[in-house]
Amino acid sequence: MKLKTSIVMICVALSLGACSGANRFGNEAGGTASGAAINGVVPGSASDPRSAAYFQQAVGDRVLFAVDQSTLSPAGQVTLDGQAAWLLTNTDYTAVIEGHADEQGTREYNLALGARRADAARAYLVSKGVAGNRLQVVSYGKERPIEVCSDEACYAKNRRAVTVLAGGLTS
Amino acid sequence: MMVRVLCVLLMFMGVAPVLAQNGPLRIEITEGVIEPLPFAVPDLVAETPASVQMGQQIARVIAADLTGTGLFRELPASAHISRVTDFGAPVQYADWKAINAQALVTGAVNVQGDQVVVKFRLYDVFAGTELGDGLQFVGTVDGWRRIAHKVADAVYSRITGEGGYFDSRVVYVSETGSKAERRKRLAIMDYDGANVQYLTGSEAIVLAPRFSANGDRVLYTSYETGFPRIYVLDVGSVQRRVLESQEGTMSFAPRFAPNGRTVVYSLSQNGNTDIYSMDIATSQAQRLTNAPSIETAPSFSPDGSQIVFESDRSGSQQLYVMSASGGEARRISFGDGRYGTPVWSPRGDLIAFTKQSKGRFHIGVMRVDGSEERLLTASFLDEGPTWSPNGRVIMFARETQGAAGRTSLYSVDITGRNLRPVRTPEGGSDPSWGPLQP
Repeated sequence: MKLKTSIVMICVALSLGACSGANRFGNEAGGTASGAAINGVVPGSASDPRSAAYFQQAVGDRVLFAVDQSTLSPAGQVTLDGQAAWLLTNTDYTAVIEGHADEQGTREYNLALGARRADAARAYLVSKGVAGNRLQVVSYGKERPIEVCSDEACYAKNRRAVTVLAGGLTS
Repeated sequence: MMVRVLCVLLMFMGVAPVLAQNGPLRIEITEGVIEPLPFAVPDLVAETPASVQMGQQIARVIAADLTGTGLFRELPASAHISRVTDFGAPVQYADWKAINAQALVTGAVNVQGDQVVVKFRLYDVFAGTELGDGLQFVGTVDGWRRIAHKVADAVYSRITGEGGYFDSRVVYVSETGSKAERRKRLAIMDYDGANVQYLTGSEAIVLAPRFSANGDRVLYTSYETGFPRIYVLDVGSVQRRVLESQEGTMSFAPRFAPNGRTVVYSLSQNGNTDIYSMDIATSQAQRLTNAPSIETAPSFSPDGSQIVFESDRSGSQQLYVMSASGGEARRISFGDGRYGTPVWSPRGDLIAFTKQSKGRFHIGVMRVDGSEERLLTASFLDEGPTWSPNGRVIMFARETQGAAGRTSLYSVDITGRNLRPVRTPEGGSDPSWGPLQP
């Protein structure tokens, strides 16, 4: 049952990702900070610091990787520090961490590479105190690019691990 | 689906079958054919008025099969001098010689109800003899293409000395939608792209279907639970079941052992991917590799004793061979670049692979010990080779570059010649070529 919920949440997140520019929440360092401290917060909107939208946009839901690597960059670690802090505060959320690769690789290898990337993010969050049983991983390999050009500009954004929230009181 | 093709030796009264031994009508495929062999296949003689159209259709498919190999060249009906109107009448060799037809295929067809009976003979025109015995095939009207493929297989086989591959099927992933919103579903088709049927929906991502050795089942990976898991699908009933897997793991890249009872696959746990095998009946799994590196894309040797796979244990993706029970592996790829998706040929002599080098992708073959590497193709993205049942042709997927990138199927000879698109109704990837059908 729990699995069902997370699948639905993934779908929601993916479709959100598809209709808004990836740049909106593609900032590795997180923190565009706009609208964070406004009174009269709309629950569930990006201005609600307990919302998934806030996590996605203000905290930053993704970290990026170098070609064929699964090592976390310093910027990625900063993002994950923010994710860990948020998850430790918002304990009613669980998450699925999706690992992805760019198209420059064979299908099976990219699935394995995506698994490494997702696990690197998960291991980091666990090291910062997030309970392991709140974090699942899945690899999509090269199956779900967010950017479709065949250039490094796109590849760089596709080599990612995305923390997709499930659960929570608002959505 | 339920096509039964019977193969019966014809006893033609008064015509003793002549077997050409080392006759002039012979193609040695290994030498690579520079000049395709000219042949003629007139419309099959219709034994009833209702059989006329079928006789034309079957002749066209036979011609397409043979021409598609790149080894044969058809002399069109407009060039024919003789008309074959009686299957039993003597062949006018001089007329066929005059247009330089080296091989002549004649046939007769009789459609009755939903049954089709096809007889055919193959002639070595310049030797003035029949090559092999006349054969008769019985099938259903719906399965008429299979009969045509059977005839073409017999012709190909007699002239090349190799097994045929036309009466075979391919499972693959049918793709629609743009790159960012691609929808994938499993499909099965004849080797030439005809008779496509869809085996799954496209609600969940499906990847890399793999035929069993006898073609009765297909293994594939699906995300229908939200996580990649391996399914086994019965081709006849289209019933499927998921293979056992441990909570919190991902499994993918399955392939059958030649015995059809064991599956090898990759399992990812805590970010590490290794190769396992599982007995399908008992769900008993065994770990075959145990390394912190990526081990994936396993493929059995045809005798089932060895497994070729890819690993990045050296620091980059390379090919290795190990015993089917695991243990020590020896690296076989040493060229420039990365090697993946190895597939052992059905003859056991070669391994096909995908190679990535200097920003290009190639399909290539090498001997089992890694020697004599040959690249057969080059493009922005070629991937995922699969072998024809006779080990002479490789099918693979090619994806074009850029935002409008599209994936489609191609085939190429192991000589590197005869690169051809395989026409499918939608985009296609991850082909797996099944066995020659009985």
